[in-house]
Amino acid sequence: MGSYLTAFLVGGLFCLIGQLLFDLTPFTPGHILSGFVVAGGILGGLGLYDKLIQFAGAGASLPISSFGNALVKGAISEASRHGVIGILTGMFELTSTGITAAIIFAFLTALIFNPKG
Amino acid sequence: MPAVPEELNIGYEEYRELAEREKPAPPLVRNALTAFISGGAICVLGQAIQNGFIALGLNPEDAANPTVAAVILLASLLTGLGLFDRLARFAGAGLAVPVTGFANSVTSAALEFKKEGLVLGIGSRMFSLAGTVILFGVITAFVVGLISAIF
Amino acid sequence: MSQKAGRQSVLFDPPPYLTSAATVVGPMEGRGPLGDDFDLVYRDLYINQKSFEAAERKMLQEACSLALEKRNIKLNDIDYFLAGDLLNQITVSGYSAAELGLPFFGLYGACSTLTLALSWGAMLVAGGFAQNVLAATSSHNCCAERQFRYPTEYGFQRPRQAQWTVTGAAAAVISAAGESPRIAAVTTGKVIDLGEKDALNLGAAMAPAAASTLIRHFLDLQRAPDYYDLIVTGDLGQIGSGILRKLLARSGYFMEENYNDCGLMIYNPELQQVEAGGSGCACSGVVVLGHLYRRMKAGELNRVLVVSTGALHSPTTLGQGDSIPGVAHAVALEI
Repeated sequence: MGSYLTAFLVGGLFCLIGQLLFDLTPFTPGHILSGFVVAGGILGGLGLYDKLIQFAGAGASLPISSFGNALVKGAISEASRHGVIGILTGMFELTSTGITAAIIFAFLTALIFNPKG
Repeated sequence: MPAVPEELNIGYEEYRELAEREKPAPPLVRNALTAFISGGAICVLGQAIQNGFIALGLNPEDAANPTVAAVILLASLLTGLGLFDRLARFAGAGLAVPVTGFANSVTSAALEFKKEGLVLGIGSRMFSLAGTVILFGVITAFVVGLISAIF
Repeated sequence: MSQKAGRQSVLFDPPPYLTSAATVVGPMEGRGPLGDDFDLVYRDLYINQKSFEAAERKMLQEACSLALEKRNIKLNDIDYFLAGDLLNQITVSGYSAAELGLPFFGLYGACSTLTLALSWGAMLVAGGFAQNVLAATSSHNCCAERQFRYPTEYGFQRPRQAQWTVTGAAAAVISAAGESPRIAAVTTGKVIDLGEKDALNLGAAMAPAAASTLIRHFLDLQRAPDYYDLIVTGDLGQIGSGILRKLLARSGYFMEENYNDCGLMIYNPELQQVEAGGSGCACSGVVVLGHLYRRMKAGELNRVLVVSTGALHSPTTLGQGDSIPGVAHAVALEI
């Protein structure tokens, strides 16, 4: 069972950094969130992001940076089994839930609701 | 650099400086605080959901997946109900940085363009905001994967 | 005999009449400080239409009908329909023109469309090319957001310099014979780009154009700011109006109590979350043709100078790294 305190602190810290980037740089949310994903991927490649998840639980796995980590992990683990082609075949293995859920739920929501403005 | 009309009595660079000076400063501390607290709260909620799944018998690694799905469902629903954007006005990065932001970007785009139909509207425009996140995630994983495979 | 005055202005003699005006707004504008001055306040943003765009069309058509009804003017008496809006290909105006069945001049001036349309209409009438012209403009918050910025349900935190697009429509009839107020003079603005790239800081993008047009107006017609009881800009908002004062001061023009901005007048900043103020074609549209029109007819204001301001960028030009050009057109109204 994960600790709530570390989840709060680490998750809050990720968002704090994001907020400072929103307010202090001319970049759009799209730019900044992409940056988070890239950073998560690089940390994942270095084996550091998983340690962060072990420490902070949802505080590290919910921020969008973990998406980058999951893509990298999927690519690397499949590559270690099947060679370089594994990068392509394994990449979405761990992120499949998130992407599929986002698509299905967004679609269903759009069918049921209307934008309110 | 276009010429500044003479009646304005100001140089181009001078105007850039004036415009910058007049731009209001964002409430840095207040925004940082609300982002920290709301982001932390979302992660605590996520942790609670994950702990709930573990209590139901899943082992910790497997519990992460349905947790993400549940959080995404919640964010999509709030978007559909018209509540997410109101919360985000206050929470800022606290809602944008977690996967809730990703879900909201896909859902809000799908909602907005549904009037243009399933294919030309929802289908074509759904990823207009989220696409960049997916693209750069994949590119990063590809490069890191290659480097890792070679060394 | 109407004639060109100076470099960019026209002085009308006899001045055409702004003989009728009508305004319709959305719920938020109805709750604002000027709520009572609008002819119709809609209770929601869809007005039972299939989309926000269709709702904006309905608003424009409603404003036009009301403007005609108020003075018992028949559609057949109108020589030209002049209209513009914010949407791509000005579809709200084009489709409304189809409904009205009138000869149509489609105009694009972004948020400066009100004075652009009034200027053009006044020139047509004073030039003897029309007896009656119907001029109209509209904007809708959700339509503008989804076209220029983000989907309406997207969780985006607006910065302090951002402005809120007004939902509403305004229409006026300009006639060769009719009732005051009258359009005494107009100054047509140049498009001015001084490098502002932040699409959420349109006040800073448009202020130079407003300053240029105002200064040219004063020079062309040899007037000073105190000639007018009130000078209003369209939607410079909090930031843009501050910059305007500074720019005018550099050229020796000072506007004291007789200056205001429609974007600051239409909402109550304490109660309504609009950051730097209102914007959109309907911002100056409804404030001028609703609130100021009433005040002029009531004898509270005799000479009003309206300077609607527009930003001529698009999401494409922004994406390609171009800065935002601004334009402002001035219309002098007199009793």
